[in-house]
Amino acid sequence: MADPQSWDWETREKKIPLDAWKTEYRWVEEPYASPDGEKVAAVVNVDEGEFTVCVNGEAWGETVFDKIWHLRFSPDGRLTALVNEMGEWTMAIDGEAWENKFGYIWEPHYSADGSGIAAAVQQDMQYAMVLNGEPWETMFANMTYFALSPDGRHTAGAVQVVDVDSGEIHKFQEGTFTAALDGNAWDTRFVNVWNLAISPDGVHLAAEVRLNLYDYTIAVDGVPWDARYQTVWAPVFHPLTGGVVAPVREKGAWTLAQDGKPLWKRTFVQLWQQMFSPDGQRIAAIVAPKYGRWTVAVDGEPWPATFGKLVTDAVFSPDGRKVAALAKDGETFRVVVDGQPWSDAWDMAWKPVFGPDGKDVVAKVEKDHRYTYSLNNRVWRGTADAAWDPVFSPDGTRLLLRTVESGQYVRRVVPVSEMAG
Amino acid sequence: MAEPSKQEKTAVVDDGIDVGVSRLTEEKIQSVINSVIDNETGVRLKTYVETCIHCGLCSEACHYYLSHDKDPHYSPVGKVKQTIWEMIRKKGRVSPEFIRQAAIIAHTQCNLCKRCAQYCPFGIDIAYMMSIVRRIIHRLGVTPLYIQDTAHSHSVTMNQMWVKGDEWPDTLQWQEEEAQAEIPDLRIPLEKEGADIMYSVIAPEPKFQAQLLYQAAVIMHVAGVDWTMPASVGWDNSDMAMYTGDNEIMGRIKRAHFETAERLKVKKIVMGECGHAFRSVYDMGNRWLGWSMPPFTIVHAIEFYYDLIKAGRIQIARKFKPPVTLHDPCNVVRGAGLGEKARYVAHALCETVIEMYPNREHNYCCCAGGGVINTGPPFKMARVEGNRVKAEQLFETKTKGAEVLIAPCHNCHSGLEDIVHHYEIGLEIKFFSDIIYEVMEKPA
Repeated sequence: MADPQSWDWETREKKIPLDAWKTEYRWVEEPYASPDGEKVAAVVNVDEGEFTVCVNGEAWGETVFDKIWHLRFSPDGRLTALVNEMGEWTMAIDGEAWENKFGYIWEPHYSADGSGIAAAVQQDMQYAMVLNGEPWETMFANMTYFALSPDGRHTAGAVQVVDVDSGEIHKFQEGTFTAALDGNAWDTRFVNVWNLAISPDGVHLAAEVRLNLYDYTIAVDGVPWDARYQTVWAPVFHPLTGGVVAPVREKGAWTLAQDGKPLWKRTFVQLWQQMFSPDGQRIAAIVAPKYGRWTVAVDGEPWPATFGKLVTDAVFSPDGRKVAALAKDGETFRVVVDGQPWSDAWDMAWKPVFGPDGKDVVAKVEKDHRYTYSLNNRVWRGTADAAWDPVFSPDGTRLLLRTVESGQYVRRVVPVSEMAG
Repeated sequence: MAEPSKQEKTAVVDDGIDVGVSRLTEEKIQSVINSVIDNETGVRLKTYVETCIHCGLCSEACHYYLSHDKDPHYSPVGKVKQTIWEMIRKKGRVSPEFIRQAAIIAHTQCNLCKRCAQYCPFGIDIAYMMSIVRRIIHRLGVTPLYIQDTAHSHSVTMNQMWVKGDEWPDTLQWQEEEAQAEIPDLRIPLEKEGADIMYSVIAPEPKFQAQLLYQAAVIMHVAGVDWTMPASVGWDNSDMAMYTGDNEIMGRIKRAHFETAERLKVKKIVMGECGHAFRSVYDMGNRWLGWSMPPFTIVHAIEFYYDLIKAGRIQIARKFKPPVTLHDPCNVVRGAGLGEKARYVAHALCETVIEMYPNREHNYCCCAGGGVINTGPPFKMARVEGNRVKAEQLFETKTKGAEVLIAPCHNCHSGLEDIVHHYEIGLEIKFFSDIIYEVMEKPA
């Protein structure tokens, strides 16, 4: 990730006009803003079958591509897109296409620091992962789930290693799938492999597996846990100990298990999206403590407040003391912090963002197609036609707000005290 | 009604059933049946079993019964008697051959259409009991081959037609390019976070019917809809695992669908013209996951078109001239009450709409739904012959002048094609979107 210390936290406001782009190009697709807010970019159509990216009003290098999609800034501020040229696909970064080209490329993944950029690729109907432009040496007949390690150095996929034709149901049930880390497939075969996780040190790989049509468990480095479950959800690695934790379903109820042993004492109607606090000391998950009611449980204890439609986007504060999430009742969303819903309800809300000390929480929110921000349950005075997630300054005193207003991209630095006041 | 005598068995070759039955022991059968009954059912099944007085009023509701000259074996209560009742009465001590016949009855002689529930004086949901039979058949590994293969496809790809990860976005981009020849600035926006609507379809569309994606894109473009389609798993709303009784895979598919909508930050999910997918997203899959109602507003294509036409967001340049009739799909008319909205759309698009009888929630099933068509060629003729009454209904409507049959559901569409072809009825079958695309005002 680009160092926010080096970003401009002094200039209150910078603007880049966007409307002019529409006169220069046949059409302009939805814009994306860089993490530091200094750049705004969009895929633009130059002519029939000719595309480029417009960045701060300038075309993206010399190359015009036949097709561009999935334009995104990486966490370190590089501008990436999937591009097609002369019938071949690859990733382009800051206008430069990777040397290796493929039959198709999709589902890009970015490591948290941006150093690793990966995607799934197909060449001659064989499948692999590509990391920073280099594909695996081994390709597979099919690949269905993808992962990038936290450090951005390793990739994994659920891969098919035994050929099976459509209709060969009994051969399929003997196991034709496994998982591969950096292209090296496990020896073990499974009926299904889903939702992979790579350990923080990049050495171990865990996945959900189905052993036959009925028995599910977690496999780590190809070795299934001894315990069998009615089903399981995605595993995660403990950030410090390397233990693997996953939701498991037994006797119709869900709980958390670690390395094949029960971790939480109580069960839930549903439990998923478990996550560790940054220090690894606490674990939280989205749960349904009873049918049709949703909330967050921290270390097995659900918040007293429950919600009817949905709970999503849970996040720990940097110090691990607080948890924020979004809750939906009816058709509206609220930010909820440690079980306390904020007063304002929104048509849509985005993942809450904690300040560095965990005291302040801010979220991008939307009502009637107008976007704004809510900081500690106080709504920012401005509204916008589009907006991106807010970013706290390293000292937590200021917020970087990136918006589109009246045809202009706006980069604002707003003191937290001003928004909170 | 008379007690069903021993039903004449027909020899069916299906490797899913045959191999599965060959692996059964009576001990395993008993163990699985009692496990499902004891651990996965409760007061609902008990109430149904104890309430039914065997009156047989459900019989006249069933297209199989009517199409087989009122043979009581094909009556809903007859099918229950030949399957779940016997399993319960014998406490699971039934033979492998009994299981073979139960698999055939539950998977190929009942569409889970729920028409019979309307005719039962107690409102017993016989489709639920047939679903329990299918769950037992799944747990015994005796599911018919073709639909089991489809469930395997769901388990690997989260779609029902083994569409690989690259093939889905590639197909959308192909259709976008095709459509741009007609409307140069048309887009199929992929992965557009914050769009109002996520449009989801079933896998036959990218696999065999890509023109439906094209037509949808044109409708969205002309109506000015803020929409997106996902480029990753979760795009397919179909769910044959729901019909094989593989509830765990059903839940997994539906979770992928809903979490994709969460990730894309959309407000609604609009579904293409598919009936069973609506049942899966709105009723079965969401509830297995713990949602009493779906986490997102689910809008079936019929309702979506109704809203667009009513609001004037699409204009009809000239109405469709050939007289049409409208087939009411079970899952979205009996199940979701969209019968009147379907008629509003039909009348808005077409000069002449001729009703078939019975209609609306009393309409006869297409006989393809409930996963029956997905049991494939071994059971095709049983399906077609099991719906002679539908052919008679359609033929009667044709004699009144209907030339086109609108079927706003994929399974209905395919099943009715077989009916129309086999009985030589001579109706052209269309989706609503086919007609909308044909009659709507489009940019010059």
